[in-house]
Amino acid sequence: MVPFAGYEMPVQYPAGIIEEHKHTRDKAGLFDVSHMGQAWLHGADAAKAIEKLVPGDIQALKPGTGRYTMITNDDGGIVDDLIVTNWGDRLFIVVNASRKHIDLPMIAEAASGLAELEIVENRALIALQGPSASGVLSGMAPALAAMPFMSAVETDIGGIACHVTRSGYTGEDGYEISIPVGNIEAIAQALCDHSDVMPVGLGARDTLRLEAGLCLYGNDLDEETSPIEAGLAWTISKRRREAGDFPGAARILGELADGPQRKRVGIQPEGRAPARDGTVIHAAGGDAVGTITSGGFGPSAGGPIAMGYVGAEHAAPGTQLELAVRKNMVPASVVKMPFQPHRYYKG
Amino acid sequence: MAIKYTKDHEWIDVDGEIGTVGITNHAQEQLGELVYVEVPEVGATLEQGDEACVVESVKAASEVYSPCSGEIVEVNEDLADAPTTVNEHAEGDGWLFKIKLSDMTELDEFMDEADYKEFLKELDE
Repeated sequence: MVPFAGYEMPVQYPAGIIEEHKHTRDKAGLFDVSHMGQAWLHGADAAKAIEKLVPGDIQALKPGTGRYTMITNDDGGIVDDLIVTNWGDRLFIVVNASRKHIDLPMIAEAASGLAELEIVENRALIALQGPSASGVLSGMAPALAAMPFMSAVETDIGGIACHVTRSGYTGEDGYEISIPVGNIEAIAQALCDHSDVMPVGLGARDTLRLEAGLCLYGNDLDEETSPIEAGLAWTISKRRREAGDFPGAARILGELADGPQRKRVGIQPEGRAPARDGTVIHAAGGDAVGTITSGGFGPSAGGPIAMGYVGAEHAAPGTQLELAVRKNMVPASVVKMPFQPHRYYKG
Repeated sequence: MAIKYTKDHEWIDVDGEIGTVGITNHAQEQLGELVYVEVPEVGATLEQGDEACVVESVKAASEVYSPCSGEIVEVNEDLADAPTTVNEHAEGDGWLFKIKLSDMTELDEFMDEADYKEFLKELDE
């Protein structure tokens, strides 16, 4: 157990990180992500309210669908990344545990006069991820089999009304389920009783998301890093670009037009030595050109993998780099992400 | 000479003036499955307590310090391709390096197997 964003969290269960990781890719892993911030934003103008903080197109979200976006600051840096889901009469917002104390007051203030923020304190959040997730859950709630990636439904699981989205943080097909706290233990136990399901800790959560090329706030995203540097331009719609009505638009639109100075890239180290966050990246035989922000051993990749930021002129796939790992310069190259193909269910 | 143990959870098996060094079974259990082992260079001269190796699990990189002063005379090259040998046989095939001891009196402070087991028990409490 380790302290994480004010919670005591398991790094691993008895199976261990590598086994938990591989089980999630092969069958299904159950993650307790109740530490994440959950909130409702009520009111007809809720989408307009949240768009004051994010560059994503929330007004265009159809009921029953969700979207990945980020809160930006006036300098175009990222305050947090989050998922916003349209539940018809209200938006559901899930933010990072480590940032919820910053995000939620910002959202409340932005919503003032437009919408009403209701912070959800009485619901747990779990994720069931992996190729068996659909089979396991649809045995308990048949409606869940057919829903596509990033859609949302309210359905009974074991007689309990749950909010389910088909989403996750592993690159696998899977679900995130918001459940009343009083019922979480029974549902989690029922899921764990299934022979395909194994509980998974923070360690494998990190290796799974790294292989999937997904950002971790605080490592790969921060208040200095723009969505364009982070390779998240795809989250900003044409309407929002044309309107330019989000915090940090000057920098973000400028980088969209001219290209950012630095870019987030996948990095494949040669050999077996993991290159961890903070490792300085050099041009092959040359100067420092960037820093690794997430790196380690990928259990499915079978070796070291990393992501980091490099000067834009070093960001093309195939570019040769060197990583300063302790006293060694480890050869590496820029590679396309993800390291493991996404297997989202598109319907 | 019997195998000796350190409070840093290393073992050293001395034959003549050559000591074979590894981490204990307790240490590998604490680290979890290893994904990389960086051994020292043959010929390197180390003081007692100098960083000798790096062992890495998925979670983190951990340094292994040399229990004794001396010159590295051999390293376990097999670990480059099979780091989990340390997990499977920490106190045998998972040895890390052999060192030519320059000060045999450094061995005096180490524990024998019974003392080390007692030491582990105390850590547990």
